[in-house]
Amino acid sequence: MIFPRHLLSVDDLDYDQAVKVLDTASELSKFSGSSIKKLPTLRGKTVVNLFFEDSTRTRISFEAAAKRLSADVINFSVKGSSVSKGESLKDTALTLGAMGADAVVIRHHFSGAAQRLADAGWISGPVINAGDGTHEHPTQALLDAYTIRSKFGKDSEGLSGLQVIIVGDILHSRVARSNVFLLTKLGAEVTLVAPPTLLPVGIENWPVKISYQLDPLLSSADVVMVLRVQKERMVQSFFPTEREYSRHYGMNSHRLKSLSGESILLHPGPMNRGLEIDALTADSSRSMIVNQVTNGVQIRMAVLYLLLSSQQVVGEEV
Amino acid sequence: MSRIVLSSEDISRALKRIAHEILERNKGSENLTLLGIPTRGALLSARLAVEIEKIEGSKVSHGTLDITLHRDDLQTRPLKPLLPTFIPEEGIEGRDLVLVDDVFYSGRTIRAAFDALGELGRAATVQLAVLVDRGHRELPIRADYVGKNLPTSRIETVRVHLQPLENLDEVVISS
Repeated sequence: MIFPRHLLSVDDLDYDQAVKVLDTASELSKFSGSSIKKLPTLRGKTVVNLFFEDSTRTRISFEAAAKRLSADVINFSVKGSSVSKGESLKDTALTLGAMGADAVVIRHHFSGAAQRLADAGWISGPVINAGDGTHEHPTQALLDAYTIRSKFGKDSEGLSGLQVIIVGDILHSRVARSNVFLLTKLGAEVTLVAPPTLLPVGIENWPVKISYQLDPLLSSADVVMVLRVQKERMVQSFFPTEREYSRHYGMNSHRLKSLSGESILLHPGPMNRGLEIDALTADSSRSMIVNQVTNGVQIRMAVLYLLLSSQQVVGEEV
Repeated sequence: MSRIVLSSEDISRALKRIAHEILERNKGSENLTLLGIPTRGALLSARLAVEIEKIEGSKVSHGTLDITLHRDDLQTRPLKPLLPTFIPEEGIEGRDLVLVDDVFYSGRTIRAAFDALGELGRAATVQLAVLVDRGHRELPIRADYVGKNLPTSRIETVRVHLQPLENLDEVVISS
């Protein structure tokens, strides 16, 4: 079995490898219920969480995943580190490499930071992108695909024929980018819904349909993925008022009623309750938001296992 | 250079004998759980379960146990995908367990299986059934039920072919 050296983008994975991650996560999920959650697989390995941007669930999720596989975890956050004294990514990475990091999980506010870290040769082990700027967040897309598959699909299969709506701030969303390319690779049909101001340039070349209206699509959707409105990235106004955005694109109990059959609701978190999703909807039985967090740990265990468990894949070009 | 050391008939006769031996030693199948180690150990354990059911006339508890995550040689070998683990509902606590594998060689797979079992509970007894014992143990572990003892040299390879993974059942030795 061949697996890429780094996980920087969902494009690093072909169909079979992506399905393999989901299958591995599903095997690992069988251990999460047992009384002893820890597996000896990555004993002696050190995983560094290098977080230049705030995060709750992704960092904790990677930490839990690494610890359940018996790896040692070092958490690095910008606050309280020498980065606030002006240390560059290069020097930070060289320091981590010298301390013997076997893998680095990086989140950074600049798109391409993970790629830079992987290509530059500052560290020898695999690099896992945990979100870079507005570019990609591959493990989030994998856990979303896993959540969707465990609801609708069978093991060892993709997501063929499922209708997925991704609604909200597509422009600033690395989650949307990763999801579009992974879910379509796995066979789902994706429709992006957003006001024109929140769609990126060049979107006509993406393998998706685009709509400015949410309501007509709801009855035929299997999955509605609601994105967070990323106020911290918005340097200009993209919509007139939050109330107007919420009326057109927010998931509320009224829209929840137009969903059909078994369809489910996803949100990558953190939620702005009352803006893109209201409280009743977020806590409804269709909402898989808590399942996404549980699945996130399993997906990250699978990724760490696949990237770190074999020396031959990892250690080639030290 | 390869030759067949066990034919399809030989394999099925060996499994029948092992089924009887397991029942004799455990005085029936009531407290028995068979756990096959994927891939081929799982197929063999399913076949043993069928044989035991034929003899006893009642179902015997059986499942599969993937030991990949507990291997001590993960770092030195190519990446291994995880294989399915299925533990029967009654679990392993207090049961008489029979681990089933195809080829018994260094003993390291079985050592890993002990670690994997430790996470699932405390079995009353753990026994080992293998189709072929080719020797060259690296650990103090022995099999309780052996289909065939096959003296080999380390440079030879022993391949177990089983339906439905292969066209027919046979054990082949090649050098």
